[in-house]
Amino acid sequence: MNLTGKKITVHDMCLRDGMHPKRHQITVDEMVQIATAMDQAGIPMIEVTHGDGLGGASVNYGFPAASDQEYLTAVCKAVKHTKVSALLLPGIGTVDHLKMAVDCGISTIRVATHCSEADVSEQHIQMAAKYDGLDTVGFLMMAHMISAEELVVQLKLMEGFGANCVYITDSAGYMLPDEVSEKVTLARSELRADTEIGFHGHHNLAMGIANSLAAVEAGANRIDGSLAGLGAGAGNTPLEVFVAVCERMGVHTGVDLFAAMDIAEDLIVPLMDQPVRVDRDALTLGYAGVYSSFLLFAKRSAEKYGLSSRDILVELGNRRTVGGQEDMIEDLALDMARERDSA
Amino acid sequence: MSNKIKAAIIGPGNIGTDLLIKALRSDYIEPVWMVGVIPDSPGLSRAAELGLNTTADGVDGLIPHLKADGVQLCFDATSAAVHPDNSRKVNAEGAVMIDLTPAAIGPFCVPPVNLSDAMAQQAMNVNMVTCGGQATIPLVAAVSRVQKVAYAEIVATVSSKSAGPGTRKNIDEFTRTTALGIEQVGGAGEGKAIIVINPAEPPLIMRDTIHCLTEDTPDESAITESVERMIAEVQEYVPGYTLKNGPVFDGKRVSIYMEVAGLGDFLPAYAGNLDIMTAAGLRTAELYAREILSGRFVPVAA
Repeated sequence: MNLTGKKITVHDMCLRDGMHPKRHQITVDEMVQIATAMDQAGIPMIEVTHGDGLGGASVNYGFPAASDQEYLTAVCKAVKHTKVSALLLPGIGTVDHLKMAVDCGISTIRVATHCSEADVSEQHIQMAAKYDGLDTVGFLMMAHMISAEELVVQLKLMEGFGANCVYITDSAGYMLPDEVSEKVTLARSELRADTEIGFHGHHNLAMGIANSLAAVEAGANRIDGSLAGLGAGAGNTPLEVFVAVCERMGVHTGVDLFAAMDIAEDLIVPLMDQPVRVDRDALTLGYAGVYSSFLLFAKRSAEKYGLSSRDILVELGNRRTVGGQEDMIEDLALDMARERDSA
Repeated sequence: MSNKIKAAIIGPGNIGTDLLIKALRSDYIEPVWMVGVIPDSPGLSRAAELGLNTTADGVDGLIPHLKADGVQLCFDATSAAVHPDNSRKVNAEGAVMIDLTPAAIGPFCVPPVNLSDAMAQQAMNVNMVTCGGQATIPLVAAVSRVQKVAYAEIVATVSSKSAGPGTRKNIDEFTRTTALGIEQVGGAGEGKAIIVINPAEPPLIMRDTIHCLTEDTPDESAITESVERMIAEVQEYVPGYTLKNGPVFDGKRVSIYMEVAGLGDFLPAYAGNLDIMTAAGLRTAELYAREILSGRFVPVAA
């Protein structure tokens, strides 16, 4: 693979996707400390929001240590060069949250829907595109669930609403490099030349780096990852590793590799409540194609009702659940426990 | 037919068509007009086949006929964005507006909780909240009539095939209006609503989860009894309203897991979100019709 000379933008997810393994309990002070260090390390973009996006504070997904507004205000003030993004899932957050985040000083809004449901993002992307200079990104989750042709139809919808960048998102960490290549290649040939393409990976099958490289080769120029991999499931593409690989391959990221390594080791790893790694349940997510943030919910329900979390996750995959259906997990566990007790 | 009140349906999409099929069975309502904006759309053609007058000129195409045809009730199944205009025009002709969009300009009505209150106001515009609201607010009320609910949150999961373009374009109105209904009708201190659209095949039956956080430790037996009683009331008009699991008690959290299957009048049974909305709207309209027929309520132009 020859990627020499390519320039890409990396986007760190620790302070958004990383909220999942932290049960949304990262404090404002921790966020400011990490964001400041990332700014100094030359990381161009970071995302800061509840794990499930703006307005995600809930019984269903978990109440965070502070509000989105408190996090965004503090982090936007703390960084000098790094741009801050926020995530918004229509159905959870609204345009009111979007306006609030813009007022806090974000540079990028990313509007996320399930891969086949891009049309629910119309009002949010249209409004975002009206803000002068606001980088507006459409983000299609669980992209492994539909074909490349179907995916491109949805990406084009988001482009048509006004997104200047669209993402292919492997929320389940299910995709293999060939699938990433096929999808990004088709998107690159069908979308407008000035529409950027991004890839967001999860490391559940340890494919984060390989998939991101495949995406870059096929024409993606924004790559999500997180230092030390802090993110849902087995985490996101470990960003310091990706940056190192990029240096070896002659891909420009603009990130200071050693500084990034130090943040991962000295700030992110000590923050983890449990190792974020490809354990049995995270591997099951990748293998069965299940939304990565279901991980801790399945573990908790398994413990409460005396079930196997792997069995719960496999069944969630069989039922074709999508992002946001965390409420399904306790419901399913109750069904499974009843079935076991009546057997 | 003289003992029925004539009605018009605005919006020949999923909701409007399902409502029409149900209204044709009503003892109190006679649907006579279907209003759309696209000539020869499938919804208008279907309504015409069922014997209704149709217009593709929107509400403006209906207005000249309202008084002449004796229409006293209108249902709006379009979208929150266009509803206020529709309502103003219809009310000016002295017809009552039953609003099935999440516009929420009139008082909320969730039949098993506050239908009689809504009727007592004799409002010329009554709002049916949202499908997710109709499916969950009765159970928030079932908990809050036992003890104080500080916070209630609902998650409605609907199949992709049952979420029409109106719902998709106005998803924020769904979450806002449902949250407001949870507070105002459900009796929760603070309300939150989440909607998830799932494209699985075969389509999943509408699922609704209700989480309440009570102020004090929940009275498990009183809440369970109240929830069961409320479910039975909703089942009177939506027989497929089913408790799947719960109430689950976990500290001050009370969680109830529901499934809502429809009658399969227009879309198949998975689209319980259509049924719970149209059945609630029709039930509300029937009470209005009975009040009008008995002379207790005379709609006047507003």
